[in-house]
Amino acid sequence: MAEGGDVAMSNVIDWLTDSANWQNSFGTPGIPAQIGAHLEYTVIAIGIAAAIAFPLGLLIGHTGRWAALISVANAMRALPTLGLLVLFYVLIGPHIHGTGDLAYLIPTEIVLILLAIPPMLANTYAGVQNIDPAARDAARGMGMTGAQVLFRAELPNALPLIVSGLRTATLQVVSTATVAAYVGLGGLGRFVFDGESQHDYAETIAGAVLVAALAIVIDLALAGIQRYVVSPGLTGRVTRGARQDAVVANEGNLVAAEISPV
Amino acid sequence: MTAVILASPDSSPLGMFSYFDQHRHEVLSWLWSHTWLSVLPVLIGLALSLPLGWLARRYRWLYTPVVSISGLLYTIPSIALFVILPSILGTKILSPINVVVALSLYTVALLVRVVADGLASVPEDVAQAATAMGYTRVQRVLRVELPVAVPVIAAGLRVASVSNVSAVAVASTIGVPELGQLFTNGFQLSVAGPYYPPIVLGLVLCVLLALVLDLLIVLGNRMLTPWRRVATSR
Repeated sequence: MAEGGDVAMSNVIDWLTDSANWQNSFGTPGIPAQIGAHLEYTVIAIGIAAAIAFPLGLLIGHTGRWAALISVANAMRALPTLGLLVLFYVLIGPHIHGTGDLAYLIPTEIVLILLAIPPMLANTYAGVQNIDPAARDAARGMGMTGAQVLFRAELPNALPLIVSGLRTATLQVVSTATVAAYVGLGGLGRFVFDGESQHDYAETIAGAVLVAALAIVIDLALAGIQRYVVSPGLTGRVTRGARQDAVVANEGNLVAAEISPV
Repeated sequence: MTAVILASPDSSPLGMFSYFDQHRHEVLSWLWSHTWLSVLPVLIGLALSLPLGWLARRYRWLYTPVVSISGLLYTIPSIALFVILPSILGTKILSPINVVVALSLYTVALLVRVVADGLASVPEDVAQAATAMGYTRVQRVLRVELPVAVPVIAAGLRVASVSNVSAVAVASTIGVPELGQLFTNGFQLSVAGPYYPPIVLGLVLCVLLALVLDLLIVLGNRMLTPWRRVATSR
């Protein structure tokens, strides 16, 4: 057994700056190709999970029915991801005779989708549920239909929680897609496990560093989106600016400033 | 060390019972190491987050940096941390210490914010009543504010312990022996055809362990907050 302590950070930096590792050679994908693959697995899983969890969460939150589904989804978090990966790979893999890495990709994507649904579902539901009842009543009082209440009042209020659910789910998927390399999938996890099996621990650590960097960059990007999509009326962030704009637009008319979002 | 496991004839999920019988010794030792690898980081994490969370609450300017740094830490996938830590700590790559340190970091990342928010959730009049009764600042924190924040902290502990049980299993892919070994063994034994017993046994034991830890935290929460039972039974 080699000792991890023997690998100096300089070896890792050498590996990361070696131009050979940035090119595809002899059917071995380089760093950019594996980052691309990692992103591809993540986008597929998040896209499908969002298409399921998002409408379902809105529906359960709006109607208040089938709330038990949320608890079931939360209890699923106790299942160890590695166990699920191996189980689904063994269960589904042999039945897929396609070309390329479909036998790894399909079982892995199913597991990633199953992992991504609970945080998105729970947060969408909580976001819709947590709306100030006075705001919901006001929307009804203005004569909005059920669908209008949902899309014009509940949804904008739920957005901060919905996006934070998306962030949690994405991190989980990026992390688990790394582990999926253990059952044979590509992506950045390949470097971690290939380095491990060849006792090239510089490669293993470099792979881990790349995964951590990718996870942080993706999360920062989503945090940026979170700031952008959330209504200024909820964060209070732009309130002062909006108020000043209102004052400028309605010069001399202070009433306009008072009804701008607080 | 990876134990050599011979396949028993029954490869269906129900074969997990005879599998357990035949490998009782290894499985129980994996269950034991899985348990302490999950529990120890929660205890270390809690011990570190209580003072850190209190500081973030006491000195408000600390709150934002503490919460952002811990949030950033949480974005690093566990497998990456298990592998990177040895080169920082100088430990062996297979050492369980890496797992304990990594999971303690995650627990702190999760709990610091929870403790700070939990302390912030103590109603102002409760804190003022304690001051009026002559509690010093330290007494007020230890005997009033922390106990009132216990339910919030317990909720954070439940999330931390459940996610630790799952994260510990991942460490078997880099060779640290615990229940995840059942998954890697099952994977290796399934080369010729699906062999379910170890995989299903591992899933069942991990879920049971997560449930037991969850139950202990719920019970601890009840014991530490007797006034809530009085309030609800009336």
